[in-house]
Amino acid sequence: MAVDNLKQLTDADFDATIASDTPCLVDFWAPWCGPCKAIGPVVEELSTEYAGKATIAKMNVDDNPATPGKFGIRAIPTLILFKNGEVVDQVTGAVGKSQLVAMLDKAI
Amino acid sequence: MADYQLIIVGGGPAGLTAGLYAARARLKTVLLEKGAPGGQVMNTDWIDNYPGFPEGISGFDLAEKMFAQAARFDLETRKNSEVVSMDLQGSEKKIVLADNTVLTSQAVILAPGARPNKLDVPGETEFAGKGVSYCATCDGPFFLKTEIAVVGGGNTAIQEAVYLTKFADKVTVIHRRDELRATKVVQEMAFANPKIEFAWNSTVSRIEGGAQGVESLTLLNSDGRESKLPVHGVFVLIGTIPNNEMLPADQLEMPEGFVKTDLEMRTNLPGVMAAGDIINKRIRQVINGAGEGAVAAMSVEHYLAGLD
Repeated sequence: MAVDNLKQLTDADFDATIASDTPCLVDFWAPWCGPCKAIGPVVEELSTEYAGKATIAKMNVDDNPATPGKFGIRAIPTLILFKNGEVVDQVTGAVGKSQLVAMLDKAI
Repeated sequence: MADYQLIIVGGGPAGLTAGLYAARARLKTVLLEKGAPGGQVMNTDWIDNYPGFPEGISGFDLAEKMFAQAARFDLETRKNSEVVSMDLQGSEKKIVLADNTVLTSQAVILAPGARPNKLDVPGETEFAGKGVSYCATCDGPFFLKTEIAVVGGGNTAIQEAVYLTKFADKVTVIHRRDELRATKVVQEMAFANPKIEFAWNSTVSRIEGGAQGVESLTLLNSDGRESKLPVHGVFVLIGTIPNNEMLPADQLEMPEGFVKTDLEMRTNLPGVMAAGDIINKRIRQVINGAGEGAVAAMSVEHYLAGLD
């Protein structure tokens, strides 16, 4: 599957990415988490479908501990929708695609 | 003509096993899965009671192997295909997906599974993902060198409490009764673990915390005493509730929200079978979920051959 639009965020480029007025959905995940793998393909699909309208990104919490700590994330997958640097919406667990679509559409 | 002979709703052990049998029977089948295949087994750290794996196997690996086995026989699987409603009454079944696609089939196997039950106490929703967790394998590593709690006394709760001692300094198991329901071997592991403590005859009445997440739990003992337990996290492992939102309650018999089947996994509707954690049963293990999936697929074969 083409996932060119899916951005891999790090602690270093996180703040600059979410500061944009384009909504940005970040999937906080780790390789040891089963439900993260379940929701992975959904996030990949969204990155294609929302190309140009929203930024869809993933952040590996193992490699980037600072950002999840800042947002008090103690469960994954957690998906946070940002706009202008602010948290707009947040959901934890392998939710269905429709819930993420609703979140994104409200913010666009 | 219907799009498929068989539509399987759900890609956990029950759905994947049904898919394996249906694919081998060369039924024109599609398996619909809202995310990626695996189901709740992916939330399990380690599985020691699925035969054929004498050393045990991780939940994730078992799910992958089940999927690979069905794929080997060319089972068509649609990921990211969330079913939102269905009409199962007539001889042609209609399944509606979240993107409004309608798929039709002659037979359906319902295997949408279940999800973790909630405590339903103040603070639970507020701190979900900020210390309140329903999946030890997902979230355990966030609690390195902290004190945490596990709520529940069944197999899942006690096994995961032991798993969580890999990370946490102390794990308090909160159980409403004075003895555990978990299998004896699992109990023995917990009792032998110096990091595990027990709060017997207790329930959680409130989850408290601040901006950084959970800080403490208020416990209510059966004698009426209230106490406070300081923790960084609480794992709620108190059974499951059925994923039945997409099922037609006006057509299907669903006592207490679970689908009623006979021993051949037939529901009250012709051509509609059910398997796994969605059915009305007491024992919810990977092994019987898979077994029910096999039976359901063979019952579909029977039905399609006009033998029912």
